[in-house]
Amino acid sequence: MLLLLPQVLVTVVFFFYPAGQAIWQSLFISDPFGLKSQFVGLGNFEYLLADRFYRASFATTAIFSGLTTVVSMGVALYLAVLADRLIKGSGVYRTLLIWPYAVAPAVAGVLWLFMFNGRVGIVTWYLGLMGYDWNHVLNDGEAMGLVVVASSWGRISYNFLFFLAGLQAIPKSVIEAAAIDGAQFWTRFRTIIFPLLSPVTFFLLVVNIVYAFFETFGVIHTITSGGPQQATTILVYKVFSDGFVGQDLGSSAAQSVILLVIVGALTIVQFKFIERRVHY
Amino acid sequence: MATLKLDGLKKSFGDTKVIHGIDIDIAEGEFIVIVGPSGCGKSTLLRMVAGLETVTSGEIQINGVRVNDLEPMDRNIAMVFQNYALYPHMNVFDNMAYGLKIAKTPKPEIAERVQTAAKLLQLEDFLQRRPRELSGGQRQRVAMGRAIVRRPAVFLFDEPLSNLDAKLRVQMRLEIRELQRSLGVTALYVTHDQVEAMTLADRMIVMNDGVADQIGAPLDVYKNPATTFVAGFIGSPATNFFGTDEVTVNRNKALMSAFSDAERAVLEKPATMIGVRPEHLQVCEPHDAYLTLSVNYSEALGAETLIHGKLPMGTAITIRQNGHLPLPEGGQELGAVWSENSVMVFDQNGKRV
Repeated sequence: MLLLLPQVLVTVVFFFYPAGQAIWQSLFISDPFGLKSQFVGLGNFEYLLADRFYRASFATTAIFSGLTTVVSMGVALYLAVLADRLIKGSGVYRTLLIWPYAVAPAVAGVLWLFMFNGRVGIVTWYLGLMGYDWNHVLNDGEAMGLVVVASSWGRISYNFLFFLAGLQAIPKSVIEAAAIDGAQFWTRFRTIIFPLLSPVTFFLLVVNIVYAFFETFGVIHTITSGGPQQATTILVYKVFSDGFVGQDLGSSAAQSVILLVIVGALTIVQFKFIERRVHY
Repeated sequence: MATLKLDGLKKSFGDTKVIHGIDIDIAEGEFIVIVGPSGCGKSTLLRMVAGLETVTSGEIQINGVRVNDLEPMDRNIAMVFQNYALYPHMNVFDNMAYGLKIAKTPKPEIAERVQTAAKLLQLEDFLQRRPRELSGGQRQRVAMGRAIVRRPAVFLFDEPLSNLDAKLRVQMRLEIRELQRSLGVTALYVTHDQVEAMTLADRMIVMNDGVADQIGAPLDVYKNPATTFVAGFIGSPATNFFGTDEVTVNRNKALMSAFSDAERAVLEKPATMIGVRPEHLQVCEPHDAYLTLSVNYSEALGAETLIHGKLPMGTAITIRQNGHLPLPEGGQELGAVWSENSVMVFDQNGKRV
């Protein structure tokens, strides 16, 4: 118990206290200067759920986190399979592939923003040469695509590491046995390697969805600021923009509470339904 | 069922030569054991036959067909791995059926073949279990079953018993032999355990540093080892080796009586070794002895006693004698003779004369 105390203390101060504060605040409307507040019960929630923009933000979040998770995990798995088959120089590839993880999300966002900038972006320029007019400031789909790519990019490194470790933990002889049994590479991957990777995949799925929900704030803030027309305003970003930009602290707190419930529910669902299919 | 032929088979990893040329003709249904210490290249040899390692030079033929460049699956072989290599996420039935499913065998036939194999291996009650719910011996059987259901031309075994405890190993050894006999499938079996090699093999390949030192029936190899390595590796406790200078008493009688003219000619040269198995030495009266030893200690194993001692020039020597004979004590001086026709002479290169 004594040994757990530091961890418990950290959790209480940085998690339970703010969460409690958020729940408490979500029941009030406060004026922009924070001088007085009025108790409104569940009024903040009622107002939110009736709000068209807030409901749209749910769909945006689902699309964004779904795409980010699929892209970052898919690419990472592909790269890990390639790196696992390498005999020479695998150390170099591995190091290079891990680098992006060291870049802070906001910095990564700026990096991608530069490449796709309407006036000076190199990718935009090449796309222009090929006859495609890129403008993520105006186009919803392009904006979403860009934030998905930028948030996935740093994540690929992290996922790659876990997938590679997972692949290398599979006994070589099991793969060889499958080869002798007549399975070609793709069959082996589908029937042996992927099922044996499932604990890693499941873990990454949970971690990546949580990441897409919460930690992509920096990327979105630097690239699109939630625009155009709220097209990339995911729930977390809306918490920020309503709370700190719009100064509607009560609504912002209510949104945090809703987010808390969603993530809790998602995690329970994942453990209940997907974990059953995981072979440890 | 098939014949297997290895012709001048060599393997190098980069500049390191691991196998220096193996030749053997294996008849249909023959059980060949490749035996040798770790790192002698025996597993590499097996993996080359399986198609898991490339061949540097030479040829592998199964049923007279060159298979060097065929994928493992096209060679019609089945392999049992040291760690069994079962698919951990599949139950026993699916483990055995995996190869057949990939070969698109009709479902009723898969079921029938797996059932037959399961019956043969007493695995019928475990078909729905996962590998991790099985004991070591049962996993071993599943690995065998997976090999059997595919009805391969050649069985390959890579130290299949080394992860089992001693008692189970003896039992599985018998089962493997019986199974191979009844199925009549040609088998290539790798082990570092000379007892397994002696009991299982029709013929064995004794490997040392990538070279087949000797290929022959177990008893022939035991009786007539071709090199000091083979003489030392096959048989337990190992053969005693000593120079002629250790023969101190009755030297003329000892050296004249037991050896042929050719052997005597070699004995004159330096670095020549005499080899005698511990079971071919007997303790005797000092005046009849060829060798005198001072006893270090004796191990009484019940049925037999192992006497460990030193010869005058310091060479270690072991005598194996019947358990009911008196037990010599440490420090005691003993005389010993070898029985007729039991001594071997090896030249300076370790080759038998």
